[in-house]
Amino acid sequence: MKLRKLLIPTAVAFALMVVLVSTGKESEHFATTESTETITPNEEIFEKVMSVVTHLRCMNCHPTDDYPRQGEDSHLHRFGVQRGPDNHGTAALQCGSCHQEANNDFSGVPGAPHWGLAPKSMGWQGLDKYEIAKAILDRAKNGNRSLSDIEQHLTEDALVLWVFEPGVNNEGVEREKPPLTKEEWIQAVKNWVTAGAPIPETE
Amino acid sequence: MEITFNINGQSTTVDVDGNMPLLWVVRDVLDLKGTKFGCGKAACGACTLHVDGVAVRSCSYAVRFADGKNVTTIEGLAETHPVKQAWTEEIVPQCGYCQPGFMMATAALIEKKPNLTDEDIDQNIVNICRCATYYRMRKAIHRAAELNTETA
Repeated sequence: MKLRKLLIPTAVAFALMVVLVSTGKESEHFATTESTETITPNEEIFEKVMSVVTHLRCMNCHPTDDYPRQGEDSHLHRFGVQRGPDNHGTAALQCGSCHQEANNDFSGVPGAPHWGLAPKSMGWQGLDKYEIAKAILDRAKNGNRSLSDIEQHLTEDALVLWVFEPGVNNEGVEREKPPLTKEEWIQAVKNWVTAGAPIPETE
Repeated sequence: MEITFNINGQSTTVDVDGNMPLLWVVRDVLDLKGTKFGCGKAACGACTLHVDGVAVRSCSYAVRFADGKNVTTIEGLAETHPVKQAWTEEIVPQCGYCQPGFMMATAALIEKKPNLTDEDIDQNIVNICRCATYYRMRKAIHRAAELNTETA
């Protein structure tokens, strides 16, 4: 009995040591791996911009089909709302039938100037961040915008900047905001443009 | 703040909070009770009126945005207006509460789409009627479009 009493704690201690030593080795191993895989400055700049672009607040109005999405679950816009011929709704169900130039926090209807869908050529749903970035830079898709036009659009357009002040929903609950503040976004876009709008190579 | 706009062809100036819903101004300040309050969230369409010819949910429309514009309510549609004629011919209303909103949405639709299909109606007239007068409404909308092209 005495021997068993002594053996068990010893075994436990030994086992613990093995675990600790091996864990130490493991973390050392990971640390080495991480240091060789640090992301490049261009990748960091790109990721920051795309963290906002791919946020649902932007994506909801960049469908590849003819139906706007809404809400944090990106459901199809209620009432069967459709894109219409000019991206601003149908004859008597215009975006402007409900959406005015500013958020209406009494009714929970969001608003900003020229509220509407992005043109179909700027449909982003289903694309990955690299494909979206390529589309943004593609003059055949982006409304023939140069890089400086793109910078201006992304940093000054009132509807684009609405995503940072999206107001409350119809239950009075604050809408989810993108991961950057407006100021951080504007700086991120400027940094991306200054770097020549790099799009990292995909694997 | 002072806001000046045309209502049913007449210029008017109101001195109210600029964020007051246009519906409040129309009903409580200008005493035009034809436009109805339903949900207050731009979902049901009972408060539909026209701002510069666009069918607008006035419960969710801050009055400051109406400054300098032309607002038309159900009272502003002439008795001979195709929508009023069609609604009478088809004896559409039951309780009637939501009808002015439907009629204003229809008036906007037939101006922009002279030849209406059922699909056009589905896409554009998405108001809500608790009495479910939708079948008579659909007939009246088609009839209003017909009358509108006849008079045009």
